[in-house]
Order: sequence, then C-alpha cells, then structure tokens
Amino acid sequence: MKDETIIKGVAHTETIHDSAIKQVQGRAEYTDDLAEPYGLLHAYLGLSTCANGRIVSMDLDAVRSAPGVVGVLTAEDIPGHNDVSPTGKHDDPVFAEGEVKFWGQPIFAVVAETRDLARRAATKAKIEYEARPHALAPIEARDAGFGYVTDPLTLRRGDAAKGLAASPRRIKGRMSVGGQDHFYLEGQIAMAVPGEDEDVIINVSTQHPSEAQHMVAHVLGVANHSVVVNVRRMGGGFGGKESQMSLFAAVAAVAAKKWNRAVKIRPDRDDDMSATGKRHDFVIDYEIGFDDDGRILAVRGDWYARCGFSADLSGAVTDRALFHADNAYYYPDVELHSHPMRTNTVSNTAFRGFGGPQGIVAAERMIEEVAYALGRDPLEIRKLNLYQNGQLTPYHQEVNDQIMPQIFEEIEASSDYHARRQAVLDWNARAAREGGVIRKGIAIVPVKFGISFTATHFNQAGSLIHIYTDGSISLNHGGTEMGQGLNTKIAQVVAEAFQCDISRIKITKTTTEKVPNTSATAASSGTDLNGMAALDAAEQIKARLIDFVAERWQAPRDEVKFVPGHVRAGETDIPFNEVIASAYAARIQLSAAGFYKTPKIHWDRPTGRGRPFYYYAYGAAVAEVSVDTLTGEYVIDRADVLHDVGRSLNPALDKGQVEGAFVQGTGWLTCEELWWDKKGQLRTHAPSTYKIPLASDKPRIFNVKLADWSENAERSIKRSKAVGEPPFNLGISVFEAINMAVASLTDYREPARLDAPATPECVLMAVRRLQG
Amino acid sequence: MAARFQRFMESLPGCHGLRNVFFGRKLLISQIGMGNLMTSELRFLLNDREICLTDVGASDTLLDFLRIERRLIGTKEGCAEGDCGACTVMLGKLTETGMVYEPINACIRFMASCNACHIVTIEHLEGPDGGLHPLQAAMVEHHGSQCGFCTPGIVMALYGLWMSNPDAGVTEIENALQGNLCRCTGYEPIVNAALAAGRAGGQAQDALTRERGAVAVRLRAMSGQRVELVRGSDVSIIPADTDDLAAVLEDHPKATIVAGATDVGLWVTKFLRNISPAVFIGHLMKDMKVEGGEIRLGAGVTYSEAEPLIAEHIPAALDYWRCIGGWQVRNMGTVGANIANGSPIGDTPPLLIALGARIVLRKGAARREVELQDYFIEYGKQDRKPGEFVEEVIIPIRSDALVAAYKISKRRHSDITAVAAGFCLTVENGIITDARVAFGGMAGIPKRADRAEAALQGQPFAAASFDAAAKAVGEDFQPLSDWRASAEYRSAVTANLFRRFWLEQTETGLPVRLNYAVGA
Repeated sequence: MKDETIIKGVAHTETIHDSAIKQVQGRAEYTDDLAEPYGLLHAYLGLSTCANGRIVSMDLDAVRSAPGVVGVLTAEDIPGHNDVSPTGKHDDPVFAEGEVKFWGQPIFAVVAETRDLARRAATKAKIEYEARPHALAPIEARDAGFGYVTDPLTLRRGDAAKGLAASPRRIKGRMSVGGQDHFYLEGQIAMAVPGEDEDVIINVSTQHPSEAQHMVAHVLGVANHSVVVNVRRMGGGFGGKESQMSLFAAVAAVAAKKWNRAVKIRPDRDDDMSATGKRHDFVIDYEIGFDDDGRILAVRGDWYARCGFSADLSGAVTDRALFHADNAYYYPDVELHSHPMRTNTVSNTAFRGFGGPQGIVAAERMIEEVAYALGRDPLEIRKLNLYQNGQLTPYHQEVNDQIMPQIFEEIEASSDYHARRQAVLDWNARAAREGGVIRKGIAIVPVKFGISFTATHFNQAGSLIHIYTDGSISLNHGGTEMGQGLNTKIAQVVAEAFQCDISRIKITKTTTEKVPNTSATAASSGTDLNGMAALDAAEQIKARLIDFVAERWQAPRDEVKFVPGHVRAGETDIPFNEVIASAYAARIQLSAAGFYKTPKIHWDRPTGRGRPFYYYAYGAAVAEVSVDTLTGEYVIDRADVLHDVGRSLNPALDKGQVEGAFVQGTGWLTCEELWWDKKGQLRTHAPSTYKIPLASDKPRIFNVKLADWSENAERSIKRSKAVGEPPFNLGISVFEAINMAVASLTDYREPARLDAPATPECVLMAVRRLQG
Repeated sequence: MAARFQRFMESLPGCHGLRNVFFGRKLLISQIGMGNLMTSELRFLLNDREICLTDVGASDTLLDFLRIERRLIGTKEGCAEGDCGACTVMLGKLTETGMVYEPINACIRFMASCNACHIVTIEHLEGPDGGLHPLQAAMVEHHGSQCGFCTPGIVMALYGLWMSNPDAGVTEIENALQGNLCRCTGYEPIVNAALAAGRAGGQAQDALTRERGAVAVRLRAMSGQRVELVRGSDVSIIPADTDDLAAVLEDHPKATIVAGATDVGLWVTKFLRNISPAVFIGHLMKDMKVEGGEIRLGAGVTYSEAEPLIAEHIPAALDYWRCIGGWQVRNMGTVGANIANGSPIGDTPPLLIALGARIVLRKGAARREVELQDYFIEYGKQDRKPGEFVEEVIIPIRSDALVAAYKISKRRHSDITAVAAGFCLTVENGIITDARVAFGGMAGIPKRADRAEAALQGQPFAAASFDAAAKAVGEDFQPLSDWRASAEYRSAVTANLFRRFWLEQTETGLPVRLNYAVGA
C-alpha cells in the first residue's frame, strides 16, 4: 500500500459507490455471474395452478424422464423440516404437501443438466386438484372466516370511543391500498456447492444471510455450523430478499447434497413474481373525530392486510402499519387494530417501509378528510396536528426529536408552495368555467418514520476488520449490499477512524463465516447497526496501535493520534504502513471483531407500550400533478423533497436513496397494480403486465434536498440517520395531489377518496363518480 | 452439456461451408436452381471477433449465447421478455447508407437474427485511453448506478443515443430509456449522466465511429447468401433476399416467420414453444419510399426506421409512434410483422386502418393488395394463406384530413395498450364528409367504429356531432375486462377520445393534453 498524506473517502463526503466503476463496465458480479463449478446442475420449480385445494394426484414420471433430468424433489425428499418460516411458525413449506394454498405455490423441483432442460421438464407434471373455495382479498377472507395468520396488535392510548363521541365532527371512511412487487432487477437466485460431511456453501441473493443459513440448516436437518451463506451484492432487494430467498437457497442446498453436485436455481421472472411475496395490500377502516379548527381529537382504525397463506413477516409488517398510523400527528385518543388476514395468495413479506407506508397513507387520508370537511388547505391541518416534543405516540413512546416545523418552513419557501397552490386553484377554477379537461392538484405531505427493528433483539450487529502486514485493510460486517451503498458508507467510517484513504479498504462479501448471527439488512438500519459495529472493531485495533506507538515512539498516550495516512506520536508522524509493519513485528493483534446493540429501546407487544424506535427520521415533499379528466392519465409536473438524514455520511448516496425511494413510492400508488383473476392467479407477473415507473414517469421537475442542518439527537453513527425507507412515504404527496385534482370537479366539497393504486382507470372512474 | 459448448467455431480455417454439402442435399432443392449461394454457417461480429457457428437452434437467444457460452456476463437477464432492458446490447447493421447501431434486447433476439450483424456488448465499451467511456465516466460521476444490475443495459441504451444524437435533450434521453427499468435511482442521476456525456462528446474518437467502415466491409462479406441452420429436426432459414423468402415459404408454408421477434421471442422465452422451421426475415424488405401521395414501407421496416417518414408525413401520429414498445422494441419490431401477427390491440393497425392503409401480400411471385381493415377477420384469424407473407404496407398521406392517434395504457411508455385509436376525418365546408375511426383493444381485432363513424358522417363539424359519436361508439364494441383495463374503463375512455379529438381541433385557449415536457 502506498503511503498517503491526502485521504479520500472519509465520512461525510460524496464518495462514489464502491462498485460504481465495475457496474458501469458490467464487471460487478451478481450470483448468476459467479464462475460455475464443474458439473453444475440446475433446478427449476413446479408451481401450483390452483388457489386453494387438495392435491388429488401428482404424476411426475414425464418430468423424471424428460431429457437431461437428473431427478425430482418433492416434500418427501426433504431430509430435515419442510419449512422455511422465518418466525418459527412452521407454516411455510418448501414444497406443498397434500394441499396447495395459493396459485403459484411450489410443489416440486426438477434438477437437470441445464436450466433450459429443467424448465422444460417442469412443464410436464400432471397434477390434479380438488379445488376449495378461495378468498383473495382481506375483507373477503374476513367474511369467509379465514382468520389471522399471526396475532393481531392493538395500540391504544386514551379512550377513542369517548373521544369520538365527544368530537364536534366525525368522519368514517374506508380506503383500499394495493400491494407492490419488489421488482428487484436481479431475480431470486441461489447456487449451492456441497462439501464434505454435512457442509454446504450457498451463494444466494439475500438481504439476510443468517436467515438463509438457519433455514437451509433447518431444511437439511443439520447444524447451523454446516452451512455457509455468501453474498457479495444483490441486484436490488427492497425487502424481497429478506425471507423470500430461503425457498431458493433450501432447494439448491437439498439438491446439492442429494446429488453431491453444485446446483443453481434461478426462476424465470414470471415464476419469481408468482411464487414470492410482495408488499401487503390493506383495506383500512377509519373514524376520525375533530373540532371546527381542524384539531384531531380521536382516531379509531382497523388495518386489514392481505397476508397470504402464511405468516412470513406479516406480524411485524402489520404492527408497523399501526406504528405509523399517526404519521407525524398527535391523536389525543386513539385505538388502532391490525388484522393480518389469511388469504389464498402468495405470502406477503417485507417491502421498503414494512407496513409503515400503509399506516401513513391512511393517516394522510384522514388529514384530507378533515381539511375538505372544513374547506381548508390540508397543510394547515397538518401543521395544527404535528407532534410537539413530549407528546406520546399511540405506542406510548415520547416524541422528543421533532423537526417537522423547520422542514415545513423550509420546503414551503423553497417550493413556493403557497403561490403554487393558489395557481392550481385558479387553474381549476378556470377549467371549471371554461370546460377545460386538464385539472391540477398540489399536496405537501410530511413523514415521520421510526427507526429500529420493532423486534428489539434484531437491533444488534457485528463486524470483522483485519489489517494485513502491508497496511491494507479487510472490512467485513453483517450488512448486505443491494445498491444502497452500505458498504461504501461503512468503509468511509473505517477510513475516517484510521485516517486512511478509502482505497486501502477492501470491501468483502457478506458471509456467515466471518460475522455470525446477523440481522437482516432491513428496517433502514444497515448503516446504523453495522457502521457502529465496524467502528467498534476499528476502535479496538486503534487502541492497541495507540498503546504500541506510545511505547515504541516514546510519546504520551494522549499525544498519539491518527492523522491522514499517518499516526502522530507527539511531534513525529509515522506512516501508517510503518506503524502496521512494526506492530506486526511487535506481535500486536491487527484484527478485531466489533459489536453493537442499539441502546435505549424496548417494546412490550402485549401491552402495546414501549420505546420501539431509537429515533425518528423526518421529511416532506410537495408534489404537483396534472390530470386528464377524459382519460384519467396524469403527469407529475413537479416534486420538491426535503429529507432528513441527520448528518449524512455520504450526501450523494443518501440523495440517491431519497430520489429512488420517492419514485418507487410513487409507483406503488400510481401505475403498479397487482391484478388477480377470478381463479386466483396473479396476472400481472412480469414487466409486460406489471408496470413500474420509467424515466419518463418521474416528476418533470424534481428538486431533492437533504436537510443538511439536521443532526441525529441520538448518538447514532456519526449522528447520521437511516435513509432507506422513510422517503418512500413521500410518494404519498403525488397520490394526494391526484386526489385534489379530481376533487376539484366538485369544487373540493369532498375528497376524491381514490383507492390506490390510482391507475388512469381508477382516476377516470372517480372522475365519473364525482361528475355524477 | 458438452455439445452446447461446441456450437460455435470462431473463424476457424475450414469453417466456411463446412456442412453445406451434407445439409444442402437435405434441404430445399428448389432454390439451388435459383442461383443463390447458400451456406450453413451463421456469421456475425461479436465485439472485435468474428463468430462463425453451425450448430444453432431456431430458438437460441443471443442473451444465452453471450452469458452461457461466451461468459460475457455484463449483459444481464431481468425479464426475458424485452421489457426491462437489462440485456440491452448494441446491434450494428449494414444499411444502404452504411452502418447503423441501435440498442436491442438480447433476451428476445434470436441467434439467427444476428446473421451479418455486429453485436456490441458492455465489455466492448471503453474510452479513447482504454479507461472508462465518457458515458460510463458520467454514470459514475453522477451516481447513476445503485444496485447496478440494470446499469450495463442502461449504459448500452444511452450509448446508442449518444452515438446517434449527440445533442439529445431530456425528452430524447427519456425516449431512449423507455425500454430500461431501474428500480433504485428514480432515474434522475441517469438522465443527468446522459446529459453530461452528451456535453462531453467524443463520438468521433469512439471505436464504433472509427471502425465502422471496416466493420461494414466485414459484414458485407457475410451478407447475400441464404443461410440454413440445422440441428436435428430443428431448422432455421435466413433467406438471401425477398425472392428467396418467397421460395422458402413455398417449400415451408407453415414455417414460423420471424421478423423483429418482439412477439415470437416471448413464444420461446415464456411459452417454450418450438418455432422450427423458422424463417428469419428481419433483414429483408427494408425499402421505404413516398410516391403518389403514399408512404410505401417494406414489411421489414422497423418502427424506428419508419419514424422519420411518420414525423414528416403523419406528424399527428409521431407521439403515438414513440409510445410503441420501448426504444429497443422499436429498433427490432417491424410494421409489417405487427400487422401480419394479427394482434387484437395492434400498435399500428388502428391508426393505419383509419388512414386507409393497404398491404401487399405475396406468395411465390403472385402478389395481391388487401385493404388493411379487411385483413383482420376475427381473433387469431387473418386473411393470409399458407406460404403467403406481408411484403409491403401502403399508407396514404392524408394531409387533407384531420388525423389523430391515441394510446391509453397504465404507463405512458412501453406498456401494452388498453385502448388504441386512430382518427382520420375529412371536413369540407364545415361538414364531416368522411369519417374513419378505428380502435384496438376493443374487440378481437383492430376494427372501425361503424356506428360512431355513421354518427359523424355528413354531420356538422361541431361538438354535438362528437358527443353523438361518443354515444354511438358504445354500440360498436363490447370490450373485455382484463388486467390492463376493465370493460367499463375501455368503453368510457373510448367515448371520451371523441371528445378529446374534437377539443384538439378547437381553439379554447386551454390545453387538451397533458404536457410531459421536462421543466415545463
């Protein structure tokens, strides 16, 4: 390693993503790009074509005898447990046994010499079902008595019934909010390589290597120590690879051990979208009590979720919907219920926001209800009801880091909100007078998002740092890279700690062999947790080096410090390389395992009380749209975003997260529609039918800014804040702006009450409804 | 397994004509007398190497060849249906005016359709100094990649734009990215990178500029012969020219005719259908001309190739044209095959029917002309006999008429249409003397709205007439409900398109259409 005096890539700088150069050259390797072991086999899944039914007969002879086929796996071939439930509920079979519970459920896998042969063979199965009545949607499932997949949650503070009864005004409503496919560009994939004894190594696209490890061990019936899971990077995750990869990892592992050959499994996009879970659809019944000034007095709400056939992560997801049912607003009396409904659909799972957006979207709908009922700008209602420090959330956590007033003030000015709202009102008034068909809407929506896993024990992380004798540094931690720049940010933290150039630091693949028992890279917590763990490891090594340097170079310990490229001992600057070489020779340990656990947090689910979140991240967006009332089409004319990431570790990467999340959140509420047919088959299961936003769908003017004055009130990593999920919710501003444009047809006498996604069809139908 | 890896032979001495004798006997004796040369080798350029293959199946895709056989792993598979763009590569083709490079989807590009082409993958891209290409450098500098999986495809699509339109603005960049999905960035940094790369320039120093003359020479040497590829019972034929195609189809009247493969590609990648024997015609019937007040498009003209003529002669349909597929799809898909294929939605047929287009169908040496509206008989059935093929599309230039084309879909770009509409009205002295209005997505075939037309015909050119037509069109169609749209929506929007058409012809001072311009 070269000695440096100027260092690049330390914390709080706009360092490029560590893989950017490889990515633009096509040299960054994803799981399907790894050099394949000799004799690699390929597995392919056979999926059910019945939404709910008993398997009457299963004839796989033609599959077995198809060209190139090595063998077939069914539930019977699983040596351990036929289960990949991430919460220990034993309700998530790898292969359906005796009955199928959704259309697209894996029943068998065929293993062949090539992927193409395996895929062709899989089509030759003859499976007969005795169909049972199915329920696809949450209310339908409730009415059919399907029950819950996991325990529901109630949050209560004060007396909502009394509060509602005492409110001068009350409104009841219902909104439906659609789900969302992750559409990670890299689909699910796993490649298992068998080893001696019970060993197996799995390369898998996953956000949760430890989970994959545990699930594979569980399915194989072996100890966790026999299974190694590796992932260098994912081509997108968004929550879709937090538990959903276990199926693929398990199938590859079982096949690899059975035939003692490496096995890869990569479903076609259609199968990926049919057989893996998505964002939960919700139906929300709400009742809100308020006064004539627009002050919210009481809220009652029921959140019914389409959880699918099994629990997966639905408990935590529906919990988080309730945790965010207040968004940024204080509800004096409140009672919230979750209803995690069992349905005959794929088991829904984590997706950026993890239920939070479905809480927030309803909170904002309630604000609209109040504002329209009173004929006021919704912003006024929002400001009136913002939390004040010291107030309690419905889960009894005290809010004490409120910065929304400052965010509102800044974005109102920077977006010229008030003048533009007046212009929109004027535009619509003219359109009403003169028969104009284009209507406009504008909305400003805040977000307050709680950061931490609500299952407190997940809030821990580990790391492993080695410094080699040439001064090069190997950095490993439990987080996974899916594009968010986690590795880059953590390397920046380590570069800062050692005062070295980031090029000294090798970012290594995430592996269960280096850091055990990790949590998912999820809940926006990747940098918060793993950054702290990495810093802990760096500080351990630094402490040893400081002791060593103080002794060797005869300086008081408090006069030894790390400066760019060097360690300074009193007046002497010793090149980093020299320090390392000398320390090695002096038998100083140059490796450390770091650890971190988030302080202060606790949560008691049975009582619905605690402090589940370490802190909140805040932000706001102003969106303006135009809507064609003849077709329901719309365009986002402009969006302004101001988002709080605390003291950003990397403003460029954080801004990228905010922009991407905003557009993804917009897609959730506009063009992305999951559509099942009457038989229960999802028919929007590929990009030809499931439409995520394109470049031409992004706001025509898009101003994204970080609140660079913000600093985390808690001692997070370098006072930064988590960024992955919170800004996703800001897409709600677009949804509400579309609602306003439609509501202009009745001169805003009532909200448009669009369901989501607000496809052009949904918008036109609302237009027709309001036009009478 | 081993056989798969022996499919290609790279420019080996003796490769040429290796198997001609054997397979020439087995195949198509008829053409041997026609004076055409024939070969059983597929030849093309891949980056800087010449590839010569003999063991190629009709269903083999370029993407699998790149990734599995050549381990060119920079090109990714995201969907295998031409909708995400992760597999985008550049395809160089020899035209009358020299080499043209365009981004295409490798996932639905059949190997046989690569004959005599230059395939350029991300691995070939570099700057003048061997480092990052200006476009790659701009993507890095602007943080245009996050997870990076879509990135090579995006870089290749933008490379195509950078070469063909150095001054591209945001709208052109967005059009170039219609076929590329990114789930991470929200596209803003990618668009900024593309703008920066445009400003940086450097096209003259780019390898594909400097070497295109030499490439053209190499490709020309590969062209002009019929290619027949046989693997077991699987047969692919690449005719030498249109007459040869006519001869091939006489012998194989049931062959799958593959032009741009933007639909047939999915038969293979999604439905695992066997398309053999397949005849690959994407390189044929490329003539375009305007004569006698009509545009005459050879059936092999792609949407992109036709676009300048549309812009010049049917400007009202230009936006519509640019909403067909994504850019990669428009670079592959052909107008003739769009018609021949008989989709009930149609991208071009509603517009072309409204304009009164005709097609030339050919069988052997015999040709017949058919009104396009009569070609579509019922769902899945067209007026095309075995062995017959669409040779030409004739589009009247109706500068005398009021023309409009509308596409309604969940997403503006690269989405299959819920409702497509073509309007062509003649107005004389305030009276509608001729009304032609056709819809796609409303019936089993693209179809004229007879009752709505009748409601307009002979009526004053006035709002009331269009209101009447909007009511009447409800009687013309009984659309279906599916995941693209409900029957109710299709009917409602169809009626409203008559209102939109009328409003567009009037001067109210208020906009009738959404403004998608950036920064407006």
